[in-house]
Amino acid sequence: MVKPEKLIENGIRLDGRKPDELRPIKIKVGVLNRADGSCYFEFGANKVIAAVYGPREVHPRHMQKSTSAVVRYKYNMASFSVEDRKRPGPDRRSIEVSKVSREALEPVIFQEYFPRSAIDIFVEVLQADAGTRTAGINAASLALADAGIPMKSLVSACAVGKVDDTLVLDLNKDEDNYGQADMPIAMTPDGKITLLQMDGHLSSDEFKEGLEMAKKGCLEIAQLQRAALLEKYSSQIVGEVNE
Amino acid sequence: MKMDKKLVIPGDFLSDDVKLADEGTYVEDGKVFSSVFGIVSINKQIRVVPLSGKYIPKRDDIVIGIVTEVSFSNWIVDIRSPYEGLLHISEFPRRIDNADMSKYLKAGDSIMALVSDVDESMKVELTLNDQRLRQIKDGRVIEVTPSKVPRLIGRNGSMIAMLKNETVCNIFIAQNGRVWLTGKDKNIDLAVRTIQKIEKESHISGLTERIVKFLKEEKGIPVKERVKKTAEEKSGGILDELLDK
Repeated sequence: MVKPEKLIENGIRLDGRKPDELRPIKIKVGVLNRADGSCYFEFGANKVIAAVYGPREVHPRHMQKSTSAVVRYKYNMASFSVEDRKRPGPDRRSIEVSKVSREALEPVIFQEYFPRSAIDIFVEVLQADAGTRTAGINAASLALADAGIPMKSLVSACAVGKVDDTLVLDLNKDEDNYGQADMPIAMTPDGKITLLQMDGHLSSDEFKEGLEMAKKGCLEIAQLQRAALLEKYSSQIVGEVNE
Repeated sequence: MKMDKKLVIPGDFLSDDVKLADEGTYVEDGKVFSSVFGIVSINKQIRVVPLSGKYIPKRDDIVIGIVTEVSFSNWIVDIRSPYEGLLHISEFPRRIDNADMSKYLKAGDSIMALVSDVDESMKVELTLNDQRLRQIKDGRVIEVTPSKVPRLIGRNGSMIAMLKNETVCNIFIAQNGRVWLTGKDKNIDLAVRTIQKIEKESHISGLTERIVKFLKEEKGIPVKERVKKTAEEKSGGILDELLDK
């Protein structure tokens, strides 16, 4: 795609959203039977699946910590997740995303409850459209809860950015490619920030305003996450009545 | 169907009274919050019973384990937990020689064992030195979610007593979520189906009545085996539904 002339026209973005509007979200908890916890998450055109295993024995042994669990997070993009085939396997970008995502979740997990064990989180991106790390964090936090792992709270994540000199919530691919700034943020429902990255330029006023927008976005996502978790068990009841 | 049990997710506010905090909760700024995704139960203390999760060994629990390795003077036992169990040769009811260990218990054998000690680093020691304990040589062992064991046993063992009666099986439920059943094959089949139903519906109220009804229906059906979809078969269904929207 060539750079569009304008990314925002009359206050409406290319995909028809208002500047402070999230993309449509679809969540399903407990999609994988072999995993201890799992979640499928759609964030606009992003499609990610998260699986959680553990707490379980640590392999290799030398990674284990004697007083707490180790959390391992593996973010991976499928080769077919983007238009030009992505070379499979870990690369610099996915190692970075794995690290920051792990650090976004670690503060809420009660790691000290499980000494000498590992909690493994795997996030697979099936389709990417800017904002996969935030989608991954959202999915992983639900998969952790689904696995019954004790946590202080869920974690929600979304991005803010600047396109055509306007702050916008939750950038899509074109806005990310041709915009001026992109700032993914993860936080707990009570407003503790666990991830904040920024690419591009924002003035300090824009930063503050953007942060507030992201907070609102994260709260909205938190509501959907809660509904999705509760849904897992209410849908079972419906199934039973029909049987 | 009504659901009077309250589901909570991690971080949900539970109470202002710190003294009520029990398992499945944490305290911050003088308030009690849920730490797991599960069902709230309030009697004297507030607890949250998780809907899933691994078995974490506690002293004095009876568990069903499978021997995975015979090492020098210890049997290493899988107890369905992140931590392996150790059964020392001296904890075997009879005095045996190191060289003869695998004559008595070899890899793959199942045992009912007592957790005699768990230290901070989660080293789990098991014993077989108790009247109630033995090697499991017959019957069948199935697995349920460990957090649902109390529901399966019922108040004062009511659920399990009813199950034993109705299915004419001998059933033993271990704390790590393994269930040992002995009896006639057909009876075990019925008991297994019932246990799976209890596990799936343990969060919906009126469980006991539904199970009684279920057992009656099952026994009313002559010979014909009811084919139940296993969880494995359903997984494809969910993914398909997701992918074609």
